[in-house]
Amino acid sequence: MFKEYLNIQDIIGPLILLQDVEGVAYGELAEIKLASGEVRRGRVLEIADHRALVQVFEGTRGISKEDVKIKFLGKGMEIGVSSDIIGRIFNGAGEVIDGGPPIIPSKYLNINGSPINPCARDYPKEFIQTGISSIDGMNALVRGQKLPIFSGAGLPHAKIAAQIARQSKVIQFQEKFAVIFAAMGVTFEEADYFITDFKRTGAIERAVLFINLADDPTIERIAIPRMALTVAEYLAYEQDMHILVILTDMTNYCEALREISAARKEVPGRRGYPGYLYTDLATIYERAGRIKGKNGSITQIPILTMPEDDKTHPIPDLTGYITEGQLILSRSLHSKGIYPPIDVLPSLSRLKDKGIGKEKTREDHADVLNQLYAAYARGNYVKELVVVLGESALTPLDMQYMKFSELFEKVFVSQDEEENRAIEETINIGWKILGYLPKTELKRIKQEYIERYYKPWNNSLPENTD
Amino acid sequence: MSANGTIIKVSGPLVVSKGLSGTCIYDMVRVGHYKLFGEVVEIRGDEYFIQVYEETEGLGPGEPVVSTYNAFCVELGPGLIGSIFDGVQRPLDAINRLHGDYIVRGIEHPPLDRTRKWHFYPLKNIGDEVFGGDVIGYVKESRLVKHKIMIPTDTKGRLSMIKEKDGTIEDVIAQVDTANGTKELTMLQKWPVRSFRRVKQKLKSTAPLVTGQRIIDTFFPITKGGVACIPGPFGSGKTVIQHQLSRWVDADIIVYVGCGERGNEMTEVLVDFPVLKDPKTGEPLMERTVLIANTSNMPVAAREASVYTGITIAEYYRDMGYNVALMADSTSRWGEAMREMSSRLEEMPGEEGFPTYLGSRLASFYERSGNVICFGSDDRQGSLSVIGAVSPPGGDLSEPVTQNTLRVVKAFWSLDDRLASQRQFPAINWLTSYSLYQDVVDEYTNIYIHKNWKMYRMKTMEILHKEAELEELVRLVGIDSLSTKDRLLMEVARMIREDYLYQNAYDLRDTYTSLKKQFLMLSVILKYYDKANELLQFNIELSKIISIPSMSNIAQMRFIPEDNFDEFDRLEAKMLQELEALSKNKTS
Repeated sequence: MFKEYLNIQDIIGPLILLQDVEGVAYGELAEIKLASGEVRRGRVLEIADHRALVQVFEGTRGISKEDVKIKFLGKGMEIGVSSDIIGRIFNGAGEVIDGGPPIIPSKYLNINGSPINPCARDYPKEFIQTGISSIDGMNALVRGQKLPIFSGAGLPHAKIAAQIARQSKVIQFQEKFAVIFAAMGVTFEEADYFITDFKRTGAIERAVLFINLADDPTIERIAIPRMALTVAEYLAYEQDMHILVILTDMTNYCEALREISAARKEVPGRRGYPGYLYTDLATIYERAGRIKGKNGSITQIPILTMPEDDKTHPIPDLTGYITEGQLILSRSLHSKGIYPPIDVLPSLSRLKDKGIGKEKTREDHADVLNQLYAAYARGNYVKELVVVLGESALTPLDMQYMKFSELFEKVFVSQDEEENRAIEETINIGWKILGYLPKTELKRIKQEYIERYYKPWNNSLPENTD
Repeated sequence: MSANGTIIKVSGPLVVSKGLSGTCIYDMVRVGHYKLFGEVVEIRGDEYFIQVYEETEGLGPGEPVVSTYNAFCVELGPGLIGSIFDGVQRPLDAINRLHGDYIVRGIEHPPLDRTRKWHFYPLKNIGDEVFGGDVIGYVKESRLVKHKIMIPTDTKGRLSMIKEKDGTIEDVIAQVDTANGTKELTMLQKWPVRSFRRVKQKLKSTAPLVTGQRIIDTFFPITKGGVACIPGPFGSGKTVIQHQLSRWVDADIIVYVGCGERGNEMTEVLVDFPVLKDPKTGEPLMERTVLIANTSNMPVAAREASVYTGITIAEYYRDMGYNVALMADSTSRWGEAMREMSSRLEEMPGEEGFPTYLGSRLASFYERSGNVICFGSDDRQGSLSVIGAVSPPGGDLSEPVTQNTLRVVKAFWSLDDRLASQRQFPAINWLTSYSLYQDVVDEYTNIYIHKNWKMYRMKTMEILHKEAELEELVRLVGIDSLSTKDRLLMEVARMIREDYLYQNAYDLRDTYTSLKKQFLMLSVILKYYDKANELLQFNIELSKIISIPSMSNIAQMRFIPEDNFDEFDRLEAKMLQELEALSKNKTS
């Protein structure tokens, strides 16, 4: 029923150019049958007269101009979904790879989705407890938010992501919750770490995994986040589930995009990335959110490794312009042995204000957060001064702040990989270390909270507690 | 002349069609079986290059293209206020009701409600001579806005019919006998977005556009009819400032264009504005606001159109004689949309892949602002101020969009990452920002607020600049090396930063400060500084001067309500008395 074409004109990188095609549409899916019988899939990137430019998902290796049959399927890229999808593992082509039977889809959905009407959006405001103090306490995540982790090579972002996936819950409600995990171009070990961890903790029972390894076709990385989000939308808005989508590593995604752009000889933007990188990333990130009248929600935690830890590199930069804040991992905290090495000063959650406070977390949360932030910032500033001027130039109060900043890192930020702190506990730890500062220094906290919660520090200093 | 073309090429949002002869450049066409919105952007031989405002997946060669033979127009008339439109003026709330939570393709819906009835009050009589731009009547569009009905610019003649009635925007409310026969007038007009609306004369701007934001009004003001830009890296608070301005500026009409930004931010506006009250009138802000939302995941070509849609609506209200302010967040996304289309058109790129006409497009957009005598015979005045956010990649201000914007705007509010990370909000860097409207505003404030305004402003800025110099010194040799005079200056600079420039957008009392209160606050700080300097001459210890009890009152003065300015007199008296007491103790 579909016409098969044989006439390839050019093969350039992941792209093939076909001649003399009829009735082919932009964005249409193609099936490419090799001489060996292997079938690959592709997508039409440009169609002009009777020439079609097709991007091959599995790569063009092994394709010759002869002996290859191509047919167009008359539809865009789709994924079959059903509620049985939970607990399964897929590859970048959307095929089951966990050894189990294929799923029987209840329907097929186009993976590109449609933009949510801003009028239909509901403002995200329900606090998600991740059990990690530096997130819950300082940069709270709310349902429907997109909060990326900016990491660097060699930093433990995978551990943090797994911990978030394991521990996340909304404290007020007990509702259906699932994690969708999409790995793009990660190493086998990293993927294996997630799969093993999810299996070990039973989290796999409420997770869907999409895995594209570093040696899998680059082009599949373009489709993976979209498949994951399509499944997420199905589960969230049709099955009323709360979905946490973890995308790792977005840097690999962007590089795949650059590869195609270069193969198409497009005019490059900054650092060779295509000019439409922002728009393209937005079509992924903006699929997070809440919709009025729907019970489910989609929260996104994309992970990206910043090349050379540079925040101004196009990938973290454009991501930061779209997402609602960022969590930044710090190499210096990591080398001090602090886990999770989240640097709270440049990190930010834009939606936290709506998710914290009385009846959501605790009435003193916002004040404690601001005080901890200010005190830690001042402590760090003092540390910088010490480098230039020496400790003798400091006032006793400055010294106290310097010690406070260490306490903050060692007692508040630092926690075990398996440690799941309730928000109460996180705030209490905040008070515990604020006790190290004199009461009069707590200018950002309302007096009534100080009276209720403040207790002077009477433990020994952390050097000794270690 | 054939009305039907055929698609020959599809590449993302760019579609090429043949056989559209008779179609002008920038005419609207409907593309393919889905009837997608598109605009002709280039004609090469028989090939018509169309930028399509909707997702083009599934479109293929051979599908029909139908020309409308009309340029892309917006509808202007009652019903704009309080609405939210996408980049090509489709009403998002109506689409949400009719088509569900997602924006699917090929939706066609008239921008303005055709069924709603408005009560038309005539202001002219039968037999009156009318010219283009003349106001012939009005409707009450919202509790705040009297929507004036104007004669289309190309019409003149004698009114042969006009009557007070309840009618829809398409009902005839008046008739004009023109040289070319009788013309029926309705409350609905259309205007091509890419052409500016005519004005009688442009004027110099003379009055400040009061924003209620201390750092802006005092140091880097913008005028009614002025243009400002806010560049800053992500997380530096651009959007918060844009939201603050759209809440508090003393304009009659606000047009807010969310161009390629976050969906949740538009939702925030939609949730907040119907609740927040306008400080002048006490009515909800939505009663004076028009929203254009083209979020980052909506089609890129419509994003390009959204700023034009916004500014044409803004010009329309300006023509009624209103002060209009347009916020565009962010113009960088607009520039990127131009870049994307340009690259698909295979044009020769300029800097960083941006098209070479980036500068001229930006300039002609900002030039549509201004303080004007409106078109029409009654010489009413209106103004249109434009405030554009810029999102420079990596916070690097040397990139083309920022640079081209700086060439045309006169107020520059430079957002600083470092200040934002110190939670100094608004994170506008006072050392690098500037405003060329300062002289105009000084003239105004010296008369209407206080004759010392300019002097105080300059003195305060001088302290801040001196502080920056001293800070470098301190970093090298420590605070102890400074003279007490300099240390006092550092302390006063800290007060200015923390107690004056810092402004909490989320605190109900702090979020808006009138010019009068700004002056009183500055006055307290500067009087403290003068007196303290005097005391230093008498060898009074600095530590005592900076720890008088009034210091905490000064820190709280931003919370003094707008209707209780006597409080400032009491604060000033108390402070001076405490300082005086120090010198008495010393001498006694």
